[in-house]
Amino acid sequence: MADDILRMRGITKTFPGVKALQDVALSVRRGEIHAICGENGAGKSTLMKVLSGVYPHGSYDGEITFDGEPCAFSGIHDSERRGIVIIHQELALCPQLSIAENLFLGNELAHRGLIDWNRTNHAAAELLERVGLRENPTTPVLDIGVGKQQLVEIAKALSKEVRLLILDEPTAALNDEDSAHLLDLLRELREQGITCVIISHKLNEIAAVADSITILRDGRTIETLDMVTDDVTEARIISGMVGRDLSDRFPPHEPNIGEEVLRIEDWTVHSPTQRGRVVVSGANLVLRRGEIVGLAGLMGAGRTELAMSVFGRSYGTDISGRVVKDGREIDVRTVRDAIRNGIAYVTEDRKRYGLNLIEDIKRNISAVGLSKLAKRGWVHENEEQRVAEDFRRSMNIKAPGVATTTGTLSGGNQQKVVLSKWIFTDPDVLILDEPTRGIDVGAKYEIYTIINKLADEGKAVLVISSELPELLGLCDRVYALSAGRITGEVDRADATQERLMHFMTKGQE
Amino acid sequence: MTSTAPTDAEVPAEVHKGRKPPAQRRFSINPRQSGIYVAFGLIVVLFTVLTDGALLQPQNISNIIVQNSYVLILAIGMILIIIAGHIDLSAGSVVALTGAICAVLTVNMGVPWPLAVLITLVAGGVIGAWQGYWVAYFGIPAFIVTLAGMLVFRALTLTVLGNQGIGPFPDQIRTLSNGFVEGFLGNIGLGPLGGADLFTLLVGIAVVAGIAITQWRSRQGRIGYGQTVDPFPLFVLRIVAPAVVVLAVVVQLARFKNLPWVLVLLAALVLGYSLLTNRAVFGRRIYAVGGNLQAATLSGVKVKSVTFWIFVNMGVLAALAGVIFAGRLNQAGPTAGTAFELDAIAAAFIGGAAVQGGVGKVVGAITGGLIMAVINNGMSLIGAPSERVMLVKGLVLLAAVAYDVWTKKRAGSR
Repeated sequence: MADDILRMRGITKTFPGVKALQDVALSVRRGEIHAICGENGAGKSTLMKVLSGVYPHGSYDGEITFDGEPCAFSGIHDSERRGIVIIHQELALCPQLSIAENLFLGNELAHRGLIDWNRTNHAAAELLERVGLRENPTTPVLDIGVGKQQLVEIAKALSKEVRLLILDEPTAALNDEDSAHLLDLLRELREQGITCVIISHKLNEIAAVADSITILRDGRTIETLDMVTDDVTEARIISGMVGRDLSDRFPPHEPNIGEEVLRIEDWTVHSPTQRGRVVVSGANLVLRRGEIVGLAGLMGAGRTELAMSVFGRSYGTDISGRVVKDGREIDVRTVRDAIRNGIAYVTEDRKRYGLNLIEDIKRNISAVGLSKLAKRGWVHENEEQRVAEDFRRSMNIKAPGVATTTGTLSGGNQQKVVLSKWIFTDPDVLILDEPTRGIDVGAKYEIYTIINKLADEGKAVLVISSELPELLGLCDRVYALSAGRITGEVDRADATQERLMHFMTKGQE
Repeated sequence: MTSTAPTDAEVPAEVHKGRKPPAQRRFSINPRQSGIYVAFGLIVVLFTVLTDGALLQPQNISNIIVQNSYVLILAIGMILIIIAGHIDLSAGSVVALTGAICAVLTVNMGVPWPLAVLITLVAGGVIGAWQGYWVAYFGIPAFIVTLAGMLVFRALTLTVLGNQGIGPFPDQIRTLSNGFVEGFLGNIGLGPLGGADLFTLLVGIAVVAGIAITQWRSRQGRIGYGQTVDPFPLFVLRIVAPAVVVLAVVVQLARFKNLPWVLVLLAALVLGYSLLTNRAVFGRRIYAVGGNLQAATLSGVKVKSVTFWIFVNMGVLAALAGVIFAGRLNQAGPTAGTAFELDAIAAAFIGGAAVQGGVGKVVGAITGGLIMAVINNGMSLIGAPSERVMLVKGLVLLAAVAYDVWTKKRAGSR
């Protein structure tokens, strides 16, 4: 077993009332890329926090051996000194500082207390070279995209003489191109002898890059698979994660499509920050009752911008075009106009734009439709409680009660709260922006079921998604957006990933 | 109703009979919220012991209320602003300016007092609107806008007053600040406690009855909706505890002179603003804005309008405090209200408001203000020098917020 760089044995971590990890074992071979999979709440992040010393030695049971030596980290500094570096999902960079400053933050190249900028920038350039990032080290981090920021984080880890690199959902915020680049980089680092542990929901990526994979479920290790010797398929991983065979990832649905309910004509939106840049250009969309329509597009194609500009001009300036609802042109200048006209928009970033995280489930659900629960400006609280309880049951929101703070819920349950909030307004049109982002497989299925149910009730649903299989599995019709233009429209019958991708990449000079 | 909320989600049959569904007990005693009341109780006990009971003497209770009423009024306005995620540093200067306006109107111009007070309140509203405009519609941080306001309104005070005090105020305004409700029904004997005003006692009993009835009705309402309610002993405790406090205070006041007018005013404000924050749609909007501005915007909340109106409200309440403070001193002076905003802000944070916004209660802010008032009063009764009072108040503020942060950390350490 000399080739194991890391061995964790019998790791048990309890929080008041919850056993987050129970007798978890993890062995990582030297120089491999090791993936950790599991549903949200399976204990992946907790395990990594135990490993990196965020939870200090003594606050958990079990033993950790790194490079043959037992570890008792009392903080993240201890683990970094041994060469274990964790890169969190939310990047820890200071946007105003330059790349070089970020790289050596807390680790400054100084001479007698004064920073040696020449040496810093030179060393930074070398690190950037290693991760294949062609940027000037003096560029402020806020001027480069998320994908490049991720690379800066990795370069920062390299500067700390990393031996075991842990990446928590590294590609969650990246587009396909940046993701591919990142995975290539991981392979290169493997060549250089750096061991990687990667936590990811994206099974195709894991299949592409990992050498072995450990599956966690409910705080226990289910199995560790070798990608070469074991017969690993996505279905196998998924069944390990959810503990059941997910024969079909999408619930069956027989659409019952009615007349047109919303039509967007010649919709053009300009960027609020960059003068004169057209973000959406002359888009035309039609939504019908009972229909689930997809909106596909690569990152930066203008999907969210299109949706938010329609939803009460929440995005963009200099917007032109017509919105026709039930054959009549409507004015949707403000969010309130949009809500009044029966349009709902469920954001792609529920934590920032969708929920009041310090408030409870009940008050989040009633936030938009509060006037339905109020008489002359006074809220009927018992009625509010009843409505919230109804939604908790019908949407299967897993929480002790509706007085539970939404910040403590898992991603899937948070999403159900946001959906409840909008369903309570009884809209005719729902725009769902990345409705299953950051949600585990089981909860995704539930969200799909809810979407189907909404369509069956005669609502029109527009689904924006980066996952093409999701659009194909869910939608009756898919629009493709490329560089702000609708470049194609595909019916379910003849929709394939290749065909959609063809439209999504069309006309990008 | 919505179409997706199920029709089968009727209340389970068992709860129709008023029984609690099992396995779901609502723990409504929250250490973060109740900690402040416990702390207040302990501080009162501490100073009662230290002062040999002087703290709770009838006249002293009356003094504490009258002397701190204006800060408590400011604290009500301040907590709304803090819940929305803003701050107001100008409140003290607005108190001075509105007091000066009221003085000029009544003393120099001979305007009848009700009209003068009304004009002053409107002036406060205009001042609030001015600040609200810059914060809400122009997007300047409230810290900057009200810091500017602190200077500007102090400067205007000096201009209006011509750098000297104006007084004396009409009797009615002085009565509002300093005076007591008349005893309509004469005195009755309370045995060893001596004579007490009957009318005041009846008011106290009416208030207690009001508390009991509202609590009972709300409990019945919840049971009718099949919701879990507090266990009966806790429910009784929730009525008895405030009832005891109210009655004790009222008896002491009845033994002294009577109910101070400012207490009546304050009680009405606390009740009104508590209802506003808990029950009114507008109140909910304030929490939504402070809790997550972007989410509130995308939920169709008129964020700017909410922000604007809480500043207008703050201006009106500051004007009210200005009138009362000037009336109490019987003079509008150029240094009136100095550092009042800091007391009001401290009261809000001691009372459990969060720096990031979205959290806070009117009753909490009032309790926070009373904690400071009792410390002030108790320490001066035992003859502590003012620098020590300041020291203690500062440490209490720090300790209160530290406790808040600590409980939050403990709750979120997962």
